[in-house]
Amino acid sequence: MNQAQKEEYLREYSILKNQGKPFFPYAVAKDSIMAAIVLLVIMLLSLEFGAELGPKVNPTTTTYVPRPDWYFFFLFEILRVMRNVPKFTDMATIGVPTLCMIMLFLLPFYDRSPERLITRRPVALASGLATIVVIAFLTYSGANTGSPNEVDLSPPSGLTAAQVQVFRAGELVVGESGCGACHEIGDNGNNGPGPPLTHIGSKRLPGAIAATLRNPTAPMPSFANLAHQSPTKFRDLVEFLSMLQ
Amino acid sequence: MPKLPLLPARTRPARPGEGSGALDPIEAATEAGLTVVDWLDERTALSPGIRWLLFRKVPRGINWAYTLGSATLFAFLSQAVTGVFLAMYYRPSINSAYESIRNINDNVFLGQFVHGMHKWGASVMIALIFLHMARVFFFGAYKYPRELTWVIGVVLLILTLAMGFTGYLLPFDQRSYWATIVGVNINGTGPFIGPYLSDFLRGGPDWGATTLSRFYSIHMLLIPGLMAALIGFHLYLVTKLGISAAPWLNATEPEEVVEVVEV
Ligand code: HEC
Ligand code: HEM
Repeated sequence: MNQAQKEEYLREYSILKNQGKPFFPYAVAKDSIMAAIVLLVIMLLSLEFGAELGPKVNPTTTTYVPRPDWYFFFLFEILRVMRNVPKFTDMATIGVPTLCMIMLFLLPFYDRSPERLITRRPVALASGLATIVVIAFLTYSGANTGSPNEVDLSPPSGLTAAQVQVFRAGELVVGESGCGACHEIGDNGNNGPGPPLTHIGSKRLPGAIAATLRNPTAPMPSFANLAHQSPTKFRDLVEFLSMLQ
Repeated sequence: MPKLPLLPARTRPARPGEGSGALDPIEAATEAGLTVVDWLDERTALSPGIRWLLFRKVPRGINWAYTLGSATLFAFLSQAVTGVFLAMYYRPSINSAYESIRNINDNVFLGQFVHGMHKWGASVMIALIFLHMARVFFFGAYKYPRELTWVIGVVLLILTLAMGFTGYLLPFDQRSYWATIVGVNINGTGPFIGPYLSDFLRGGPDWGATTLSRFYSIHMLLIPGLMAALIGFHLYLVTKLGISAAPWLNATEPEEVVEVVEV
């Protein structure tokens, strides 16, 4: 907006403002009604859904789902989606959200046209609607990703009975530990943000797998605690992964 | 030289409270409210500010979409009040956090209700803040002269999300623990400040005994304090600049200003 447009705006605004009503009591009345509705909705939600607690923290696993509250689903989904474009993964995790934030901050400084009516701002209308659709879609698919706690594979042929037992035990630990939230294992789990583990045994030696579990690259959580507190479970886990040829 | 004519001496009217001007008790009682307000105003000079805040005009055509900002504010206040009550019973230590929340849910009078209000209030506030932002965006209300109001708003949005993130860990159940670990790890991959931010959140390179109390103090002191200050500034700007008019209205000069000249 140039100086003339600014002055034009201020003049028109002062006329519209003068034709308006005082904030108190007119706007205050509307705001109070809205506040009452908000309070009512919060109380009804609380009465209806309460505030359940899950099982107590246990850093050495048992079932957990590394799942944020619904309003962070879209971030987690961005992670998942972007990992299919490996070149950008690093940038995607926090780069894309950071970029969006900066765009949001600077909005008034790059959108400088004096037009305010949305029907005459086609670019703003399109990008606003697109943002809403994308976020809604990401939230929706984030909410509907399968439970990461069920892993059910058939053991590869040619294992001894003892090995099958280890296979089953490791499979259980993988399920309990929620690896499926980030990894695809056969038909189980989510494809991303981590790489698929279906054939991890042919790609990495058991030692490398164990090292990753103890000291992974973010955002994967560390399982050093598990190794420390239940070495058997940890060994089953590593052996199971190594059997995935 | 003739003397200047002297003005006749004037009788000074009695000052309030002087002589018989005192109010009788009944009169004093009916004026008590005013007296208190006067007393306060003489010392604080707040009344012009309150007049400025309450009796400003809002442009015509204001509709319900304009209540979303104050609804967000109200949700924030509700979070503050329910949060204070939860803080009375919550213990931010690894060994007792979970049990103290259990205790709130199971034993404290209305505990589960207040806990639920705080939990669901967070979701409601997030929904409202996004709706408020959408209103501002689609009405073009971020344009001149309200750019700074928008920028402060974006900071408030980030802080609100940060409240959700830090609060999620506090019940210390499986879900919240692991989600937070992943969240902090994601933070750590961020550009420039990422690793420092996650070290700051954890209280060191690893999860330790202080991590939980750090999250607690950030969640109930640091961010709310910042937010309260910024909301104050946000509202000052809204009042100072006036709430934007509905974009579909055109200003017409009031009749009496338009001078019709016959030729
Ligand atoms: C929060 C998401 C997340 C969870 C939960 C998770 N991982 Fe990962 N994992 C990742 C990511 C992301 C990578 C890739 C890191 C990189 O780029 O180096 C990875 C890498 C790995 C690798 C190395 C893959 C390779 O090709 O070198 C292994 C092995 C692995 N994860 C196993 C597991 C196991 C087993 C579990 C469960 C006990 C698990 N992960 C849980 C996100 C996760
Ligand atoms: C804690 C969060 C927030 C609170 C309590 C809050 C409160 C308010 C209130 C009460 C108003 C008055 C007009 C109205 O209600 O619409 C307002 C206006 C405004 N808000 Fe917010 N707001 C918050 C967050 C945001 C966010 C996230 C943005 C955008 C990024 C934003 C941008 C604006 C702008 C530009 C105005 C001026 C609108 C106008 O004059 O029409 N606010 N805010």
